[in-house]
Amino acid sequence: MSHATNEVMIEIKNLKKAFGEHVVLKDISLQVNKGSVVAMIGPSGSGKSTLLRCINLLTVPEHGSIRVGAQDFTFGSKASKPLKDRELAKFRTNTGMVFQHFNLFPHMTALENVMEGMLTVLRKPKAEARAYALELLQKVGLSDRADIYPQRLSGGQKQRVAIARALAMRPGVMLFDEATSALDPELVGEVLNVIRSLAADGMTMILVTHEIAFAREVADQVIFMRDGVVVEAGPPSQVIDNPQEAATQSFLSRFNG
Amino acid sequence: MYHWDFAALWQFRNVIAVGFGYTLAYTVACVLLGLLLGLLVGLGRLSTNPFISGPLRAYVEVFRCTPVLVQLVWFYYALPVLVGIEMSAGTSALLALALYGGAFYSEIIRGGIVSIDVGQSEAGCALGMTRFQLMRRVILPQAFKRMTPPLVSQSIMQLKNTSLLSVLAVPDLLYQGQIIAHETYRPLEIYTMVAVIYFLILLPATIWAKRLENRLTAQQGA
Repeated sequence: MSHATNEVMIEIKNLKKAFGEHVVLKDISLQVNKGSVVAMIGPSGSGKSTLLRCINLLTVPEHGSIRVGAQDFTFGSKASKPLKDRELAKFRTNTGMVFQHFNLFPHMTALENVMEGMLTVLRKPKAEARAYALELLQKVGLSDRADIYPQRLSGGQKQRVAIARALAMRPGVMLFDEATSALDPELVGEVLNVIRSLAADGMTMILVTHEIAFAREVADQVIFMRDGVVVEAGPPSQVIDNPQEAATQSFLSRFNG
Repeated sequence: MYHWDFAALWQFRNVIAVGFGYTLAYTVACVLLGLLLGLLVGLGRLSTNPFISGPLRAYVEVFRCTPVLVQLVWFYYALPVLVGIEMSAGTSALLALALYGGAFYSEIIRGGIVSIDVGQSEAGCALGMTRFQLMRRVILPQAFKRMTPPLVSQSIMQLKNTSLLSVLAVPDLLYQGQIIAHETYRPLEIYTMVAVIYFLILLPATIWAKRLENRLTAQQGA
């Protein structure tokens, strides 16, 4: 059910990031085709979340280049200028991000959360924003929760609102940063279902996840990271079912109990 | 046995009314100016540029760590010597009280902003908001809820601090009381009445502040 095309949507070259002395990403290069679903797996501290956060520049790398769609940034060269607030903001409208801890705006209802980006950033008329927000809430199965504040929603519902909020910007790429890790086990399924339906729609997605079975099912490319490098990358049938590297084998053995 | 005579005060009702008016007007002006200053300074102190945040921090510390009475006197008697501009007692008092309040307000506002979870900023940034949009739509609406109770307490302090205006002969409630006391030789009645007037303004204000605090806490926990 892969919708991957030959058009390169995301291109990352020689990315390096360190927090002080601690090097988190060591020369990462990566391409993601439009319509493909990439799952990034690996032990904690492997750099996979940092890599994901570099793609929308929530974390700014020291070196390398990042292109998402038609926009690109280069870091660390003499040519690179200090990042401008406005340029950063514009770059980020092209990616939607879903966080582990949802990060919904608590002072807004579910509907208002979904409308916020359209109103403030895209400056859409209120009626139009409202109509599309309701459509998205319906898509994630929460039409009846539109006027509820986040405090009254379950974890799974919060995360589905967060997905709708990100989709409202009509991003070219969706980034999921351990979107199900903070959920009670019985609520994981409803969020995965939404991600599954996005994959079926042909959305380009990068998921940082610990759900290996889900990665195998939904991803057409799996990236295994450890210690800031990509150890192994390829289709799930290769990386998950038939890993070549010892580090990948050892990591995956913990999930095949 | 002291013979209380509050009836003697009735003829001075206009004098008291003037004092009451000054006290309220100075409170409103000092609160509004202080809040405006506090907002600007509080936001400025969050700047990563040390040439902005440094001097603002110095301002806050100077005004927090000196007595407000000393500031009032300094602004009236000392500042004109330094800058060569004569200021009326009212102007110096307003300036000193607004700057003093601003220092405290700015700390409340800065603290309120800093207390908002970093995930909120990240969510706003991820949507493509600029820093200004993020502040206006996401951070400040949440931070103001948390700031409101301490801002109200500080404003109550501002009202009490206006009684120091009497030192510079600004005709506030206390100063007018002093005038009547000199005329009537009845300080017990006069100053009791002045205290009662402050109390009658401030008790409802503090009760309201407490209710507001409870309501906001309940909302956050809901």
